[in-house]
Amino acid sequence: MRAPSQSDIAAGEVLLAVENVSLSFGGVHAIRDVSFDIRKGEIRAIIGPNGAGKTSMLNVINGFYTPQRGKITFRGQTRSKMRPHDAAAGGIARTFQNVALFRGMSALDNIMAGRTLRMKRGLFWQMLRFGPAMKEEVEHRLRAEEIIDFLHIEHIRKVQVGRLPYGLQKRVELARALAMEPDLLLLDEPMAGMNLEEKEDMSRFILDVNQHFGTTIALIEHDMGVVMDLSDRVVVLDYGRKIADGTPEDVKQDQAVIDAYLGVAH
Amino acid sequence: MDILYKVLIDPFAQMVAAPDLLVQTLWEGLVGGMLYALIALGFVLIFKASGVFNFAQGIMVVFAALTLVGLHTAGLPAFAALALTIVVMFALAWSIERIVLRPLINQPDIILFMATFGLTYFLIGFGELIFGGDPKIMITEELYLPKGRINIPAFGGIVSLQKLDIAAAIIASAMVACLSVFFSKTRIGRALRAVADSHKAALSVGISLEQIWVIVWFAAGLVALVTGIMWGARSDVSFALDVIALKALPVLILGGFTSIPGAIVGGLIVGVGEKIAEFYWGPLIGGGTDSWFAFVIALVFLLFWPHGLFGEKIIERI
Repeated sequence: MRAPSQSDIAAGEVLLAVENVSLSFGGVHAIRDVSFDIRKGEIRAIIGPNGAGKTSMLNVINGFYTPQRGKITFRGQTRSKMRPHDAAAGGIARTFQNVALFRGMSALDNIMAGRTLRMKRGLFWQMLRFGPAMKEEVEHRLRAEEIIDFLHIEHIRKVQVGRLPYGLQKRVELARALAMEPDLLLLDEPMAGMNLEEKEDMSRFILDVNQHFGTTIALIEHDMGVVMDLSDRVVVLDYGRKIADGTPEDVKQDQAVIDAYLGVAH
Repeated sequence: MDILYKVLIDPFAQMVAAPDLLVQTLWEGLVGGMLYALIALGFVLIFKASGVFNFAQGIMVVFAALTLVGLHTAGLPAFAALALTIVVMFALAWSIERIVLRPLINQPDIILFMATFGLTYFLIGFGELIFGGDPKIMITEELYLPKGRINIPAFGGIVSLQKLDIAAAIIASAMVACLSVFFSKTRIGRALRAVADSHKAALSVGISLEQIWVIVWFAAGLVALVTGIMWGARSDVSFALDVIALKALPVLILGGFTSIPGAIVGGLIVGVGEKIAEFYWGPLIGGGTDSWFAFVIALVFLLFWPHGLFGEKIIERI
């Protein structure tokens, strides 16, 4: 199923590492001294009970939150905080727990918005829709159509996304993230609120993205079955602390994880 | 019966009897409406980009016009003053982004709305401090805006058009055309609509809120400058203009808050409606209808088109 074999990933190059990151809001410690890494080409799951700090971790990685302590190393470059623009420009794309789409725009425009950073032509040319700018627009449109094909959303291309059912909105959001051609894709509960069939579709898409595009993926997910099936390695957070890190099999048998998250075994 | 005749029949009889007067009134309405449309356009630009109703748009018109006149009075040649005013409007946009908007990223819209109130009072105070409170004359001639009127014999009488109004119409149309293309066809335009819909999603695809905000506030500043010149040329440049800017509200209700064509069409409808009502029905109630009639038009439109003529239908899933 998985593109790179386990041994590849174990030896793989580190794409992103967080070291000793701590984040608090007033007196609330959302993340305490957490370190882990994400290796190139893997699917990395971040799990944990509600309020464990998973989404906060993603927000730190793509620069929405500034951690009070710790370092983030992305592509060999170490910094104390990311900025959203740098993260996006550096190849980090993400989706949100509660879909964050441009609701007033069509699915296609949403996806094209994902290509903003890749458009280079000056405003003047774009306004004239002429020459190099027209050519560029066509190229980007082609890439957008490929992604639309890939995720089977041709039929809703022109539909205003606010009208779409939730499952499709999630898919458009994924399409927008893919349009950025990211190296690292952060998915915040990509299957939340979906029925079984939609979950299976989404799992398939995630695996396909990982295999076909070689995109490294970090995902937060509550459905343990999905996590065990999809991910190469799992990091477990509880009350803002890291309590386990390893392959799904290892994590499943870890006593701390069982106690904190999976419930005490019968 | 007499009153019914006066309200329902007599005005139309007058229109038919003196078509030249009707055309003249329509033209004046269109010209007035164009200025409303320009102010409304400034509102729409900022509303589209940030979902903020910019209460300060009216005062920005005054501020731009005052700066232009002030710089000229200080000894700069007219076009140098114009260029420098454009620079000032950019500096204003940049400062607003830095000082007012950036600290309020991800705050509810109402907070940003209130911040524009603060901005309004700041600009009033700052403007008076620098330029003084008394009305000033717009430097129309120095900017080579045409003067005088053209009299066209038509409709059994004479229709008289101010050359200035014709120039204003041409400049305004050109500006609107440029802005429409800019916002519908360019990557910045798409980014701008994206920012309007969701700040965090826009950030996640690498759109820079800072850049977008500076661009739209600068665009709104330019529109304010053009409006200020046109309006100043018709009356004079004073802070009283700020109140008239509130006429943009009925225009926005008519046209829809997010539509550039809506602002234009809305402005023209309000302008024409107001003038016609004042001229034909005003005398029946002793005149003075132009201060409130626009709001009546807006109310009627709200009953039948709550999103405005061109507004986005907002779909909320529950």
